[in-house]
Amino acid sequence: MRALLRRDLALAVRAGGGFGLSLAFFLILVTLVPFGVGPQSELLGRIAPGILWVGALLACLLSLDRLFQLDWEDGSLDLLAVSPLPMEGVVATKALAHWLTTGLPLTIAAPLFGVLLNLPIPGYLWLFLSLLIGTPALSVIGSFGAALTVGLKRGGLLLSLLVLPLYVPTLIFGAEVVRRAVDGMTLLTSLAMLGGITMAAWALLPFAAAAAIRINLR
Amino acid sequence: MELRVTDLSCRRGGILVLKGVNFALRSGQALVLRGPNGVGKTTLLRTIAGLQPAASGDVTSPDDAIAYAGHADGLKAALTVRDNLNFWASAYGTKDITPALQAFDLAPLLDRQAQDLSAGQKRRLGLARMVVTGRSIWIFDEPTVSLDTHNTQLFADMVRKHLTNGGIALLATHINLGLPDAESLDLSSFRALAESQAETDDAFLAEGF
Repeated sequence: MRALLRRDLALAVRAGGGFGLSLAFFLILVTLVPFGVGPQSELLGRIAPGILWVGALLACLLSLDRLFQLDWEDGSLDLLAVSPLPMEGVVATKALAHWLTTGLPLTIAAPLFGVLLNLPIPGYLWLFLSLLIGTPALSVIGSFGAALTVGLKRGGLLLSLLVLPLYVPTLIFGAEVVRRAVDGMTLLTSLAMLGGITMAAWALLPFAAAAAIRINLR
Repeated sequence: MELRVTDLSCRRGGILVLKGVNFALRSGQALVLRGPNGVGKTTLLRTIAGLQPAASGDVTSPDDAIAYAGHADGLKAALTVRDNLNFWASAYGTKDITPALQAFDLAPLLDRQAQDLSAGQKRRLGLARMVVTGRSIWIFDEPTVSLDTHNTQLFADMVRKHLTNGGIALLATHINLGLPDAESLDLSSFRALAESQAETDDAFLAEGF
C-alpha cells in the first residue's frame, strides 16, 4: 500500500503526471474572475469564498479521469486486482495520492490566491481549514466517479456529470464556513457538517469504488 | 498444491464462449492452451485469475497463489526498470528483484525508463515481474509476443525453473515453447458458440435447400 502511494506520487510529479495542472487552473480562474466582475473590491470580497471553493472544486475535477484510467490502459489495474492488495485499499491509496497532489497544494495555495480576490482578513484561516477538511472528500468522491467510468473512452465528461452533484454538499458547507468567518458569525455547525461529509465519504466510498472497478474489469 | 478447474463455463461480453472446461494441474505441471483466435483463451485465463466471475463451475486453488500476466505489461512509462520491479515486489510483499533481473538479462537496463525500452524489452520486464511476485501458479496470456528466439528461450527456461521448484504454469500461446512435459489443451472442443452456430446453420439448410 505504501509502495502504491509512493509510486503514484512519483508518477504525479514526473513529466506528464499532471501535478501542477490543477494548481495552474486554479490560479487562472482566480486571476480571471476580477477581470470579469470588475474592480469593485467590496463585491469581490463578498464573492471570494464561493469563487475560491468553486475554483478548488473544479481544479480537483481536472485530474480525476486519470486516476484509474492510466492504470487500466497499461494493464496495471488487472495486475493490482490479482495482487494481494485489497481493491478497497488500492482505491483509498490512490484517492489519498490524488489528494496529496491536488487537494493539499490547492489548500496551501488558496490563502495566497485569496489576496487576488480581496478576501477579508478573518476568512484566510478558515479558508485554509475548510479546504483542508473538505478537499479529501472531493478526492474520494472523485475516485468513486473515476471507478465507475474506468474503461470508457472519453469518460471524463460522464465523470464530471456523475461527480459534480455529489460535490454540492461539500461546496455548500465549505463555502459557508468561509462566509460565516468573514461575517464574524458562528461557523461550527457548517464545519462539523463538512467534516462529517468527508469522514462518511472516506468510510463508504472506497468500498463502492472497489466494487465498481471489479465490475469494470470483467 | 493443485489448480483444479471443474466444469467451468466462461462468458465474454455476456456471451457464453466456453463450457465444460475441466483440468487439474499439480506442482511441477504446465498446461498450454491452444485454439484459434476468439475461442476464449484470454477469457478462460481471466476467469481462472479471478478477474471475472465464472458463468458456472469452479476454480479451486490455494489462497493467494495466482499471478497473472496479460496482454498488457502493466509498466509505468515514467518509472525505471528498477522502480517498476520494486513496486510489484512490494505489492506482493517480496523484496529481492535480482532473480527477476537474471531471468531476462535485465541488469543492463536497470536504470532506463520503461518508456525508452523497445517492445521486446518491455515484454521481458513484464514477464520478469512474475518472478518477483513469488507466487506459485503463473498464468500467461500470449507471453511470447514481440520476443525474439533468444528471449523466448529465456522465457521457457524461466518457466521450466519455476516448474522444477514446484510451481504451476498455465499458458496460452501459439508457438512451441519446448517445455518437455507440458500438456496442451485445445479449447476448440469446449467452444460454446460453435454449437449454436451449427444449429442455425442446420436450420438454414433444412429450410432453404
